[in-house]
Amino acid sequence: MSDILILQLITGVLIGLGAGYLGSFMILKRMSLVGDVISHVALPGIAIALLFKINPFFGAFGALLLAVLGIWFLERKTEIPSETLVGIFFALSLAVGILITPEPELLEALFGDIAKITLIDVLITAILTMVMFFIIAKIYRGLTLSVISKELAQSAGVNVSKTSFLFLLLLALVVALGLQVTGTFLMGALVIVPAAAAKNISVNLKNYTLSASLFGALSGLIGILIASYFNFHPGPIVVLTSGVIFIISLLFKK
Amino acid sequence: MSDTQIVLKVENLGVKFEENEVLKDLVFSVRRGDVLAIIGPNGSGKSVMFRALLNIIPYSGKINWLKGLKISYVPQKLNIDKELPLSVLEFFKIKSKNKEKIINVLNSVGIVNDNYEQGHLSRHLLNQRLGWLSGGQLQRILIAWAVIDDPDVLLFDEPTAGIDIGGEETIYNLLRKFNKEKNMTILLISHDLNVVYKYANNVICLNKKMICFGVPEEVLDPSALTNLYGGEAGFYKHGHHEHSDHNREN
Repeated sequence: MSDILILQLITGVLIGLGAGYLGSFMILKRMSLVGDVISHVALPGIAIALLFKINPFFGAFGALLLAVLGIWFLERKTEIPSETLVGIFFALSLAVGILITPEPELLEALFGDIAKITLIDVLITAILTMVMFFIIAKIYRGLTLSVISKELAQSAGVNVSKTSFLFLLLLALVVALGLQVTGTFLMGALVIVPAAAAKNISVNLKNYTLSASLFGALSGLIGILIASYFNFHPGPIVVLTSGVIFIISLLFKK
Repeated sequence: MSDTQIVLKVENLGVKFEENEVLKDLVFSVRRGDVLAIIGPNGSGKSVMFRALLNIIPYSGKINWLKGLKISYVPQKLNIDKELPLSVLEFFKIKSKNKEKIINVLNSVGIVNDNYEQGHLSRHLLNQRLGWLSGGQLQRILIAWAVIDDPDVLLFDEPTAGIDIGGEETIYNLLRKFNKEKNMTILLISHDLNVVYKYANNVICLNKKMICFGVPEEVLDPSALTNLYGGEAGFYKHGHHEHSDHNREN
């Protein structure tokens, strides 16, 4: 096994762990659609970063940050499901992104590229993934309570708005990190599909979040191995692997 | 003078939804150890008042809680998604990691018979999804959850709606026990005037504004009830002689 493949596998597993874990809360917060399409917003950010010759990660993270701020604002302002707005807005960002992304980089931005991944990239991914798990541990109680009932959470002294904001911030982070593996088209799927599979087989929250992370990690690992063996783009194979896990999970639905 | 300490003072409380005034000019106070019942017809703003007291919705006027109070809340109902992968045990663990304490509090709200073994309980109830419980079971769970960390104040929004008659008695007796033994202050919304007479030492009649406030036997006269519920209120008229002592005996 080549060194670069090992680096790719580590990145895939880390991204899968983080995306699966956050995705499990996305589904509970009834934000599957948001989770699924939020990554599209990253494309115009990547394009702008490329035009100004800065690291695309920052462009993507910036654009995602704007998007989650928008979602957070909608959540606060209204009880109305923001799905329609989110659907429209995210699809439009994709259209703008495709127009302004320089042609040579477009494919990479859309579907990810971990062929040239470096040790530094892996380290940054590892550190930021750990930071994510640390912050989630801090807001876990409030996050869980606000999923059960916002009222109950507020009555127990949870700052629901702040918890929600931190959570969305982490989402932006994980999606921005994951773009290198799956690209803007498919990163959202890696947030939602492993968690959806985990939900099928879990009765309690511990098993649910744990299996969501595990399924995400497995998707990354198996997907990248298969892609490397057959010389495919890893992104689509990783997402397809999570799809296969989802179908298997249906057989064990609780 | 801790028994007469004022724990909540409300001045000119008002709530508006858009242009619609849902609550207007509420003025009342609650002392430590009080059991305050809030009665009123549907849509009179009872639950809204609770939400304002909990600072969940915007309001005008002043709500002053004594500093450092632990306040718990049991909502009227909670719609738990059947698919939510959260076990009863995990729900309690948000507040207490002590399994024995959890089982004790579940016992006290009458959710498990004494002859159930702990092993049986943990397998069948604690490990179930919260969303799989029946309405009555869930309501008891919510009450148990509210009291597990010994709050100073409890806000109960029709705590026994959906619970059978025997269960209702269990819950109210538990409330009384907490009130007596721990000097817990209780605010409860009820539709049942018998409950008000039996358990509360103060009552607010609410219909967007305050129609009455005081000791039930003194303020719940036929004219107040007519004001509150309209013409049919005579139906609720109560035999005062049975309750001349409002110290909530038995």
